Amino acid sequence: MSIPADLRYTKDHEWTKLESGSSRVTVGITGFAVEQLGDITLVNLDVNEGDELTAGKAFGTIESVKTLSDLYAPVSGKVVAINRDLDAKPELVNDDPYGKGWMIVIESAAADSVANLLDAGAYQALLDASSR
Amino acid sequence: MSDTPLRKTPLYDCHVRAGARIVPFSGFAMPVQYTGIVDEHHAVRQSAGLFDVSHMGEFELRGPYAAHVVDYLITNDASKLRDGQALYTAACNDSGTIDDDLIVYRRSQERWLIVCNASNHAKMSAIVARAADNHCEFDDITEATALIALQGPRAFEILAGAVDAFAPVSALAPFSFCDARIGNVACTIARTGYTGEDGVEIFCASPDAESVWNTLMSAGAPLGLKPAGLGARDTLRLEARLSLYGNDIDETTNPIEAGLGWVVKLNKSSFVGKEALEAIKAAPLSRKMVGFEVTGRGVARHGYVLRDPATGAAIGTCTSGSPSPTLGKSIGLGYVSTAHSAIGSPLWVDCRGKNVEAVVVKTPFYKRS
Repeated sequence: MSIPADLRYTKDHEWTKLESGSSRVTVGITGFAVEQLGDITLVNLDVNEGDELTAGKAFGTIESVKTLSDLYAPVSGKVVAINRDLDAKPELVNDDPYGKGWMIVIESAAADSVANLLDAGAYQALLDASSR
Repeated sequence: MSDTPLRKTPLYDCHVRAGARIVPFSGFAMPVQYTGIVDEHHAVRQSAGLFDVSHMGEFELRGPYAAHVVDYLITNDASKLRDGQALYTAACNDSGTIDDDLIVYRRSQERWLIVCNASNHAKMSAIVARAADNHCEFDDITEATALIALQGPRAFEILAGAVDAFAPVSALAPFSFCDARIGNVACTIARTGYTGEDGVEIFCASPDAESVWNTLMSAGAPLGLKPAGLGARDTLRLEARLSLYGNDIDETTNPIEAGLGWVVKLNKSSFVGKEALEAIKAAPLSRKMVGFEVTGRGVARHGYVLRDPATGAAIGTCTSGSPSPTLGKSIGLGYVSTAHSAIGSPLWVDCRGKNVEAVVVKTPFYKRS
């Protein structure tokens, strides 16, 4: 699966998208993460709109057939949108990880810090290194 | 993690070529999935799947006293077997807890095969060798032996296209076995399995494994046969409520509480663990293995605590849990105190601090029609 060039990535295989001219950061998991997890059966987004998140803290879990994984906030800020479609249709993450499989939107005073995350090239290099 | 290099089965290259994801399992590099756990799971329920289970251990016992040695090691009654019949059993220790679960095969009164779990191979090899010492010949033939499981409703249709002289194979009763040829390879085919489907497990010499695998894949692919990995093997066996050693049963559990009382035959003569099992059976059980369905949002996993919803008190532990691809539900097995083991008893599964509702249900979760 190709890695979209307009996103920024974490080492935990999450993607972030900062809308230009805004402080809203959309968060999801990468195609690589989806491939590793296999069939996703449950997405638990354990947050409500308005919750304050701290970068690095868990905001939910993903259950695949084989395993449970934590989801981590890539930036600090306030949760302003949650993809509740995933409650009933967790497979959206498998089918469209960079689109309909988005998870939360964080309004962040530190939204610019997203620029410090991995760009597509650096993320690809991380994947290459871990598959060696 | 130990630095011991992983062992490879004779089919390892075959799996890599098929695009399998390889993981360490019981010291072996094993395929966990090819196309995906759910896809492979459905293939086995609807058509058939092919599994490499060559990592399992095989021992051969030969001689006039081999039958006695086998019967001394196991809780089930091997004296009832005729030539060409096999038996599922536990092997216990003196405390009556489970050293391993096995299948024993009687080729003849003087020639027996024992198949053990890969995770217990070293332990069981030592136990069986010690029991055989001075009584019968013992060979650990694990390295020389490949084991391939063909499982699913179309398994025998596929075999018909792969086996020379199919009649004796088609006539196999459950838990019986015969010699046969697949392609040009001498095999032993047993009507056994670990998926809840009809099917067979096929023994052959390690150097012949790839030939057998390829012959079966060619015969089966047009009928929907897919290679299936350890991931699907686990979800399939859980739906069928087949115990997994190391998860559901181990040296801290006895066969009675594990629901394996049917493989403990206390009326046979002396065997390892007999006295302890007599005492266990005479006393009320403090806990029992149950199946449960998670009705709330969550997946039970090995080691999660099970609670009484009325009080929040811990009443047991989950030993296996997974989403069930066939049922579309979240299911699990676990030991609970006997007071909470009746069908319909409500439970909480403590999913990392979050109590998720569950209910004790009848098992197996899935039974083929």
